[in-house]
Formats: sequence, structure tokens, C-alpha cells
Amino acid sequence: MDWNLDNGRPIWPQLAQQLARRIIAGVYPPGSRLPSVRELAAEAGVNPNTMQRALAQLEQEGLARADRTAGRLVTRDVQILDAARLREAQAVIQGYFEAMSALGYSREQAAELIKEEFL
Amino acid sequence: MSDCLIECRGLYKSYGLRPALRGVDLEVGPGRIVGLLGPNGSGKTTLIKLLCGLLQPTTGWLAVDGRAVGPYTKSVVSYLPDRMYFADWMKATDLFDLFRDFYQDFEYEKAMSMCRSLGVEPGDRLKAMSKGTKEKVQLVLVMARSAKLYLLDEPIAGVDPAARDFILRTILTNYNEEGTVLISTHLISDVEKVLDEAVFLKEGKIMLHATVDDIREKEGKSVDALFREIFRAEPMWEGGEL
Repeated sequence: MDWNLDNGRPIWPQLAQQLARRIIAGVYPPGSRLPSVRELAAEAGVNPNTMQRALAQLEQEGLARADRTAGRLVTRDVQILDAARLREAQAVIQGYFEAMSALGYSREQAAELIKEEFL
Repeated sequence: MSDCLIECRGLYKSYGLRPALRGVDLEVGPGRIVGLLGPNGSGKTTLIKLLCGLLQPTTGWLAVDGRAVGPYTKSVVSYLPDRMYFADWMKATDLFDLFRDFYQDFEYEKAMSMCRSLGVEPGDRLKAMSKGTKEKVQLVLVMARSAKLYLLDEPIAGVDPAARDFILRTILTNYNEEGTVLISTHLISDVEKVLDEAVFLKEGKIMLHATVDDIREKEGKSVDALFREIFRAEPMWEGGEL
């Protein structure tokens, strides 16, 4: 999985979102240990302090927690994982409506087209 | 003692009558990666040379790690100059020997392993190396020290884009965690992601010093885009008649 960073926004929230997506997708399974800040920063080609801030955000959301010995563990809490999954899904849906709106479709028309896909 | 690693107050430097720095105030803390950004001739190299003691300020003062620039600060500053200063008959290993003698914090083994990962043959003579390879050797010399302050003057200008990413990654994974890295460059889009802070120099003065995330948040654009906006050269016909 690659790190995609766009230009107009601060970097750390983008990293936090992509880490969250990896957790939801099971790239980092529940209960597993996340790679260290340094490893993740080197992988994404970003500053360790920026990655640190993204990981702090994950802790805040409950998706990860600091372990006493070292590092961070992915949560096993199904409710938190499901809530995060739903948040991401809603973001994808909003993105769809925005893209459709740019093409000149109203929300209703956009929703109708989705339904037709299933017929 | 302050907890600033770099402290400059009213720093002024002129070459003869030509001012290069015109009143620079700057504070940088430990553990930061800072981009020193500005167009050609804005004073980037002059500021770096003052910090490593190669030049003396005309007026104003500066301190590194709370001390005036001198033998102590030189022992904790690792400097990558903007040009090569070694004799070309030397091998990379000769340089490593030299650095081991000069700097207590130089780690020979680390230098050798960085060579391996950068694809540099340390037994080759400098004159047999390409420009990019020589730059890599210089980078190895600088990053194999565990310094408090790394001053990198245009570290990525001469290498191809793939090697650039690799070099930035080398900097990220090898700098000592309490160390601060000051990178001067005009290739902003390449370094933007690795920076904590950006310092914009214009005509010898600091016109902006902020964290990259703050710039992106406030301006809604990348540091690169902001730089292009601030330093856009006026087209020749601007305001005039065609």
C-alpha cells in the first residue's frame, strides 16, 4: 500500500487517515503491533515528528494505544473499528456526491444512478 | 543556557559593499528538520557558512547549542558544503580515515554500511566517480557523524529524482534524534514532506518562519506553491507597453 499525500492540506491528518484505513482494511490486524514511528516515517518519506502526530491522533480516536513495554498496539475493540469503518465509508460517499455534483448531477439523481447499478 | 540549538540576533553580513544577510533573527530548537528556502542569492549559503564558522558576521551575533561559534560548536556541527573540497586522488575510505581522526563522533562502520545501501564502492577514487556519486560520498561523511546540528547546503541538487528520494530517506533514518537538520534548497517539492519547519529567505532577510503543517493549514496550499507565489519573477512586460 502506498502513501498518497496531496498538496493543499497539512500532512499529519492525511497520514492519520491513511493509517486508519490500513487498520480498517486489516493491513495492521486488531491487537497487532504497529511499526515504529521511525519505520513508518521512513516508509512514507515524511518527518518523524509528523508521523508521531498522526499516531497520536490514532490514539485519540482509540484505534491504537501505547503499549507499556514499547510501541503501539492496534485496538481489538470491534465497536471502535466499526465506527471508524463507517466514518471512512461516509467520507467515500460524500466524495462520490461531490464528484457527481461537479458533473452536474443532483444528489437525488446521483443516488438514483447508484440504485440502477444494482438492477 | 537556552534550549535553542541555533540562535541568531540581528545577523548582518556583507561582502564588501554588497549585503548578503540584512538583519537575520532566527531560533531553532533541537530535534527539528528545517528547510532553508530561498531563490538564488538570497543568503542561504552565507547563513550556513556563518553557522559553521567559515565566515564571521559583519555585525550581530549567533550561538550554536548556547555557545559562540568556535572549537566546541565545530565539534557538534556536521556540515555538507555546496561544493566538493577534497582532492580527487582520494578514495572514499581515505576520507573516512580522515574524518575518524578529526571528529570523535564519526562512526566508520556506519559510513561503510551507508555506502553499501547507497550503492557506492568505498574503494573507488573520487576522480573515478560521477558527480552524483561524489555527492553521495559527501553525504555519507556528514551523516555518519552523530552531531547535534547538521547543516546541509543543497544536498540533493546534483542527483537524479530517484536518488533524491533515497538521499532524503537516508537523512531521515540516519540523523541523530536529538539532532537538528538544516537543509538549504530550492527544490522545495522534493523536501517538503520531510520538513518540520520552513524558513523563507528573501534578499538577506527572513520573511517567513513557520511549521509546514501551519503553512498548509493557513494558506491552503503547499510550501512549494507558496514559495512560487512569493518569489514569482515579474514578467518583463508587466506594467509596461508591449
